[in-house]
Amino acid sequence: MSQLSILVMVEHDNQTIKSSTYHSVTAAKQILSGQGQLHLLVAGHQCKQVAEQAATIAGVENVILIDNSELAHPLAETVTDAVIAVAENYSHLVFPATTYGKNIAPRVAATLGVAQISDITEVINAQTFVRPIYAGNALATVQNNGQQVVLTIRSSAFSGTTETQSPAAIEECTVNHFSPLSQLKSQSLTQMSRAELSSAKVVISGGRGLNSSENFALLETIADKLGAAVGASRAAVDAGYVPNDYQVGQTGKIVAPDLYIAVGISGAIQHIAGMKESKVIVAINRDPEAPIFQVADYGIVGDLFEVLPEFDKALA
Amino acid sequence: MKILVAVKRVIDHNVKVRVKADGSGVELANVKMAINPFDEIAVEEAVRLKEAGKANEIVVVSIGDNSAQETLRSAMAIGADRAILIQRPHDLVLEPLDIARLLQQVVIAEQPDLILLGKQAIDNDCNQTGQMLAALLKCAQATFASSIEVESSSLQVTREIDGGLETLSLPLPAVVTTDLRLNEPRYATLPNIMKAKKKPLEIQDISEMNFTPLGQVKILTVTEPKKRSGQCTLFDDVNALVSELQAKEVI
Repeated sequence: MSQLSILVMVEHDNQTIKSSTYHSVTAAKQILSGQGQLHLLVAGHQCKQVAEQAATIAGVENVILIDNSELAHPLAETVTDAVIAVAENYSHLVFPATTYGKNIAPRVAATLGVAQISDITEVINAQTFVRPIYAGNALATVQNNGQQVVLTIRSSAFSGTTETQSPAAIEECTVNHFSPLSQLKSQSLTQMSRAELSSAKVVISGGRGLNSSENFALLETIADKLGAAVGASRAAVDAGYVPNDYQVGQTGKIVAPDLYIAVGISGAIQHIAGMKESKVIVAINRDPEAPIFQVADYGIVGDLFEVLPEFDKALA
Repeated sequence: MKILVAVKRVIDHNVKVRVKADGSGVELANVKMAINPFDEIAVEEAVRLKEAGKANEIVVVSIGDNSAQETLRSAMAIGADRAILIQRPHDLVLEPLDIARLLQQVVIAEQPDLILLGKQAIDNDCNQTGQMLAALLKCAQATFASSIEVESSSLQVTREIDGGLETLSLPLPAVVTTDLRLNEPRYATLPNIMKAKKKPLEIQDISEMNFTPLGQVKILTVTEPKKRSGQCTLFDDVNALVSELQAKEVI
């Protein structure tokens, strides 16, 4: 396929577009570099407003809307059916490297018999990409040699597009065959009043040093003053201080805010993997030997239970 | 129920990797290797299902060079019953889709009811193989599992998703990939390590299988990531830190 044509998956909850989509569009535009077509796919149920919103993203030529009750929740099996129905027209199928995209993209790739390249952080050209391996301790430059490729995009590595345009055409597409296998039984979503972790400008994270769930309130007060999101290390999640979706690291969320404040986090390789691309890193830790100080720009060696209240006061 | 668990031999998760000067990869010679942590969780889960009377046989499979036998032995020391090694030449590069295609052949031969894999390998960080295998088998998948319950002919799996948790019901056979919070793997005891040496380990040579690598993705170079300054400025006074952050316009 000589002509580039990219299909970007819109991640949404049938009401609003998730921010990951805007980052994926930026990456897609870099792949196109001015040549070829950019289409979006909205697969869901009763989600016309998502398609309408998607159509106003600058540079989008066409929005494909597949609306079916089988797609009310993004299950890998049925969303794959929807993507496969339109996939043949595209050289690149782009998903966000969120749990949504990571779940579906490889299933789509294998169904098409093509490669999937995970979590790209840089576009070299339409077939060559950079992706971190070994928890971000090495960067691999990889080249796709197949006709088609499925990519997942690391949101923190591409800015989210904010430009709009007068709405592109919305093309409704019907899928005749779905093969539902798994069923959604229940969901328990964390109620977040603060900024979303993966797109926040400031993130304040706590580790085992916080000692309890209650003490996370110390971070929350500061987060509210800074308009920050609250994150955590694996140790804090495993200890039950906060839910698992707070986890920053190789196996949790990857963040790259302007400011990352690590409180009571020693800085294991797996945690560093999730935050080392932050512009400015601040560490607050009792242990001057903690590895976190090797990646931090600024630090305070001290007891977080003394430092945090002072920090809070200094922001007032 | 029969469970197949796929395991991978990777660099130990505590090792700080070094990128080779020629950009061909990372240094693996004389580096401590171990079972991929997510795969260890998968083996532990299979063993717990057997202990709970839900499973009767656990087969572990790995695709690797001869040294992967060690990884399979450690899986059997945790409690797997037997092992299959798909032996490949040391320098043969396989992509996740290749691995999924090879595992598909094992699944066709073994006919397991449940296939467990780790959600990702900590070396290539792909997070693809389980999903690809499920696609090839046209069966249900549940990725990033933090709880698995077996019912008569289905599974209830709780998954870790970005906003929290969700529970799916899956018909069997199904592919499930494990997240860190599924369980805490046990330490293999010395008697179990000894017993594992006597458990059957079947070796299949990849050259005798009906298989050609796809070669769709080529690694051009592997480089060191940009280093951070490494200069941490320490403050005694919180007010001074806050002023500095304000001067940098990050708050």
